[in-house]
Amino acid sequence: MANPVSHVGYKAVRFVQGLGSLAAFTADIARSALTPPVRFAAFARELYKLGVRSLLIICVCGLAVGMVLGLQGHHTLVRFGAQRSLGAVVGLSLIRELGPVLTALLVAGRAGSATAAEIGAMVVTEQLNGLRMLSIDPVSLVIKPKAAAMLVVTPLLTALFIACGLYGGYLVGVGLLAGDPGSYMSSLRSAVNFHNDIECCMLKSAVFGLLLGLIATYRGYTSAPTAEGVSAATTASVVISSVTVLLTDYVITALWGI
Amino acid sequence: MSFDVWMRIPIPRWRSQVRALYCPLIPADDYISLDRVRMVYENRCVFDSLSCGFPPGRISVVLGGSGSGKSTILRLIGGLVRPQAGAVIVHRQDVGRLSHRGLNLLRRKLGMVFQGGALLDSYSVFDNVALPLREQRRQSEREIAGAVHDILNAVGVSDADGLLPGELSGGMLRRVALARAIIRKPDVLLCDEPFSGLDPISIRRLETLLVQINRQFGMTLIVVSHDIPSTMRMADHVLLLLGARVWEGSPAEMRRSDDTEAAEFFRDGLERLQPQGKA
Repeated sequence: MANPVSHVGYKAVRFVQGLGSLAAFTADIARSALTPPVRFAAFARELYKLGVRSLLIICVCGLAVGMVLGLQGHHTLVRFGAQRSLGAVVGLSLIRELGPVLTALLVAGRAGSATAAEIGAMVVTEQLNGLRMLSIDPVSLVIKPKAAAMLVVTPLLTALFIACGLYGGYLVGVGLLAGDPGSYMSSLRSAVNFHNDIECCMLKSAVFGLLLGLIATYRGYTSAPTAEGVSAATTASVVISSVTVLLTDYVITALWGI
Repeated sequence: MSFDVWMRIPIPRWRSQVRALYCPLIPADDYISLDRVRMVYENRCVFDSLSCGFPPGRISVVLGGSGSGKSTILRLIGGLVRPQAGAVIVHRQDVGRLSHRGLNLLRRKLGMVFQGGALLDSYSVFDNVALPLREQRRQSEREIAGAVHDILNAVGVSDADGLLPGELSGGMLRRVALARAIIRKPDVLLCDEPFSGLDPISIRRLETLLVQINRQFGMTLIVVSHDIPSTMRMADHVLLLLGARVWEGSPAEMRRSDDTEAAEFFRDGLERLQPQGKA
């Protein structure tokens, strides 16, 4: 019995150590964010890499999710004779839940993994050690712009995802199933509240962006300096980010009803 | 005259052997030493109690077999790893006990050329070399451009300033890394296997460059190498890691050493260079 117990103890200690290390890393980024230099050029470069290069996948997925919601929503609403509320169903589902969560999962898979792999490769090729030897803080030069870009880009991509989803729902509800366009738009407008729904959606999305940025950069930064280490960091970044997003979503919804 | 003052007098090359012998006893500001350093990676003990010194203003070459801890010595001096026991003294400061800020200040006096160059692969050669100056924020962009072009010209890669590190050959990469390491004119330059994987012409060119840097700026050079002939040509001081113990001395002393292991290492290193037929 000693071995399983010590194994559990070892795992628990490692987990707590990991949390402590992540907290210290977060504090480093926060300190770096509050002190000059601002590094706007690096931030803009990361916005392009993480945001612009994710546009296509976000648009396609948003459209597909909206179309599925349109179809499923229509079939369900017809049972209750409430097909005129399709706009509200698609809109509320996307804005309150699916938009932020699915966008965060897509960002974790596309931009988060790329970020972790890029930083991991910099660890392997000693680029970060090279910066340290030049008295340049790698957190300030490399990590801060990436984490900040992830924080900014996630809500923006969420908004795009929702817009595409609403259009997808409209295409199916109005174009394919010959629903009334006026009903679709008016039910959407009356159901969605700017403060309760859209502001909260953006806030939730920003929280996801912050978590995704921290996890991806942390996993890359602490990856073992081997090819296997980079691969493990990339996988861990996606898995941990996805689980964290789903758990955080539940906690936010349960506590604040967002 | 105190030892401290004595250490600062420019001395002719032939006296370096004498100086190397006495350096561990002399407390100089710019002296680098390791004192009873214990270094363990995971379960592997690299050094148990390593003590050695590197004379200031001279070229020291660290030799030893694979896994003997040559690169670890450079990492200890640069503060990239901390020893489990003992002290690493650089400019009278124990590197292992320095704070983050203290380490950053010390590193301004150090330059390091990594084995793979460690250049930022998304930055051009120009931006890589300019990076240390831009981060200092003391010079205008025009002054920085002038300094970068001067140093790239000095190391012989002036026409590569617009290229990315991935587009450079091995020799060019090392020279760009060297340019980046010395652009702030550090007191100490650490070079991790600068000659590995290079052709003989590139080795000679880089070797000449390192000697020039040492002679011109009085920079202390600590070079990790496998290359015995280049060591014999450029070194003032040799540190040979032989398992649990260390051999120190000048190249000439190494050649005629009574120490069988040191002599064998030296002989094997030279024999590897002989054509197969003559061996």
